[in-house]
Amino acid sequence: MKALDRIRITDFSGVLAGAGASKILAAFGAEVIRVENPSNLGAWDVVRGSPPYIDERRGHNLGGGFNNHNAGKLGITLNLQTEKGRELLPRLVAISDVVAENFAAGVMDRLGFGYERLRAIKPDIIYLSNCGFGASGPYVSYKTWGPIVQAVSGLTHISGLPGQPPAGWGYSYMDHTGAYYGAIAMLAALHHRHRTGEGQWIDLSMTEAAATLTGTTILDWTVNGRPARREGYPDANHSDSPAMAPHGIYPALREDHWVAIACRDDADWQAIAEEIAELWVRDDRFATLEGRLANQAALDDLLSRWTRLFDEDEVAERLQAAGVPAAPVQRPEQRIDQDPNTEAWGLWPEVNHTEMGRVRVEGMAAHLSKTDWSLDLPAPCLGEHNREVYGGLLGISDAEIEQLEAEGVI
Amino acid sequence: MTGPLTDLRVIEYCDEAGAWAGKLFADMGADVVKVEPPGGSRVRGYPPFLSDEPHPDRSLAFWHNNTSKRAITLDFEQEAGRALFRRLAADAAIVLEDQPPGRMAELGLDYPDLSKSNPGLIMVSITPYGRSGPKSDWVATDLTVLAGGPEWSNGYDDHSLPPVRGLGNQGYQTACHWAVAATLVAVLHRDWTGEGQHVDVNMHAGANVTTEASSYTWLVARQTVQRQTGRHATVVPSSPLQILAKDGRYVTTGVAPRRPREIASILAWLDELALREAFTDWPLLEAGANLDHNITIAAVAEGGEEAAIYGAVRDALNFIAERIDSYDFFVGTQSRGFQCGIIYSPDEVFEDPHFVARGFQVPVHHPELGQTFRYPGAPYGFAASPWAISRRPPLIGEHTAEVLLEAGLTPGELERLRTDGVV
Repeated sequence: MKALDRIRITDFSGVLAGAGASKILAAFGAEVIRVENPSNLGAWDVVRGSPPYIDERRGHNLGGGFNNHNAGKLGITLNLQTEKGRELLPRLVAISDVVAENFAAGVMDRLGFGYERLRAIKPDIIYLSNCGFGASGPYVSYKTWGPIVQAVSGLTHISGLPGQPPAGWGYSYMDHTGAYYGAIAMLAALHHRHRTGEGQWIDLSMTEAAATLTGTTILDWTVNGRPARREGYPDANHSDSPAMAPHGIYPALREDHWVAIACRDDADWQAIAEEIAELWVRDDRFATLEGRLANQAALDDLLSRWTRLFDEDEVAERLQAAGVPAAPVQRPEQRIDQDPNTEAWGLWPEVNHTEMGRVRVEGMAAHLSKTDWSLDLPAPCLGEHNREVYGGLLGISDAEIEQLEAEGVI
Repeated sequence: MTGPLTDLRVIEYCDEAGAWAGKLFADMGADVVKVEPPGGSRVRGYPPFLSDEPHPDRSLAFWHNNTSKRAITLDFEQEAGRALFRRLAADAAIVLEDQPPGRMAELGLDYPDLSKSNPGLIMVSITPYGRSGPKSDWVATDLTVLAGGPEWSNGYDDHSLPPVRGLGNQGYQTACHWAVAATLVAVLHRDWTGEGQHVDVNMHAGANVTTEASSYTWLVARQTVQRQTGRHATVVPSSPLQILAKDGRYVTTGVAPRRPREIASILAWLDELALREAFTDWPLLEAGANLDHNITIAAVAEGGEEAAIYGAVRDALNFIAERIDSYDFFVGTQSRGFQCGIIYSPDEVFEDPHFVARGFQVPVHHPELGQTFRYPGAPYGFAASPWAISRRPPLIGEHTAEVLLEAGLTPGELERLRTDGVV
């Protein structure tokens, strides 16, 4: 038995910011029915047929990211531009607990399925709408993907080294985090419904969700009037809250291999100094936190000369043995194929995709002792579960399903 | 109290790693009681401080992580302190903690201890590498957590510069997002069955599955993405997206448009700005405007003429970005339907008219200071059970008496605990 066995989601949400949310609920047992448009082969979800690929084959069922983000879900097709399509959706909504989507703001209203309509169909429905700038405000029509959300929300600005342009995030951090917030919102609303019988609409704005993540910096502005656009800021590999030194990402023996080291206090420094056992570590300048902060550039330089002598794993293991936070900057293959801890956690479950075959996907970062997650199903091929859902759930006959397919409704 | 979780009592024993999870619960209406050691959580000592004056009740890092909570102090070194924690846990829905693995068991406060008298209890443990596993005894900070996932992807085209950590304790916050989501799954199971359980949250695992293409490019294709300045890490290097606008702020041009009518509107924008002739690749834009179909990502990946058109579209946006102010570029592109962004600092986005109009600035009164400060607002808008900051972050031990009297202690017992330094 899984925790969310009794929950059904009619899920229009895609890419990662949307699909990542319902994947979490699916892993914990919810029946997630991904609904896609057959008329453009589900192309709204831009990762459906996009790289990476498992082999030389290409096509709308072969996107590697799509399989990762949609494992555990069922997939149906439904064209809401058709009259029959608009008649079918209410039947699905009527037996669902949640409707989720991350279209641009207003799209569901224009399709005739905004919250008021959904509520008329199912009074206690929970409706999650997730878009870049939310459902109101001057930028309501503006569109985003992860990097735009990160740029506008202030996250890109605070990832960088002094004297350099913003480094940004190198990936859609906010697609993940938007998905986490979407999952949290759906689950919290389900709890509220359990207690009160009341459903609701959730307006999730990616850029607002993102701007909550920099609260200390925002408070430094609203409370102290200190702007984040200033000389020497950000200095992202150093730590000023709390103040730590040395603190950074240091070069290891091989080119472009790195190790992260965080010296929390004088006891950590003593432990690091003993491990290094060179004359310079006894320099009075480095004996106190104040001294290490005041001489951070020199300290980083000297520490780098030491870290460069070893593999990143060796540096991390030696410092960890001495009780100091240190970790290799892991390349994907190091953390996925060579890390006994992610393996022991079961972080990379394998699914058997109908066209791709066996592929590993990302699992969950939390285990529940009694009702844990599993990812047993791959992402659905386009319309793969039309019969199961339209026939099994809605009781539509095979002949009717064939007719709907022929008419381009599903 | 409003919010979807107003019936839940959470006992939080967290420092820097887990307090954000407690805040998320508290702002959704849960009654979160933060338990701190005498002298308070060490986060109270983290800068920046109100008016730059170090004081346990003036840390903005603490404020960020602790809105809407109540706070008590308990001395865990004394059995009486541990007994009080057990008493609070007996009436709680959730115990949330971020102590090193083994520490709660040492204190006699682990899940088996606490669930005996409260079988519906959900205990949530946030640890760097999980409660078991080969690295469970490794210590960590935000920087070293992120080293196990996204740091590889962040940085610059110049690989002599190190990978970069994004600021703001995002490694901790990501673990907290997993903690809250997983806990709410357990809350629903408890709603339906009455059964509690233990939630084991692994920060390193959270970092691992929050890297987007870095993970799945390896999982699917066994290829390694490489970091680039201000854009996605990729296997095959991509073109720069981050452009310094005329006013000295950066903009990001994001994914260039691929629809013919959008390409036509870029040509029209170049004309408006009298820049068409200066942009030498305008004939490619004209060819793109005349296509009878959208350019697909797959076509771009394959190369060929459509890839060249797509390249020219991207170049045109960059060309315009360098010649106008950042905000004008942001609004100019977005109003034409293109997904481009201005790279705001956190304070700049906070003052942006859209965020102001949507109520993102939330005034929070600090009565002891006689001042009201603006805090960041809601990450999600619950229409029927609104998110809210119900109170400012608690002072040290502010609610010790209130919470313990609620738990049934007499004023005399409370006084004795104070005398003994237990609270």
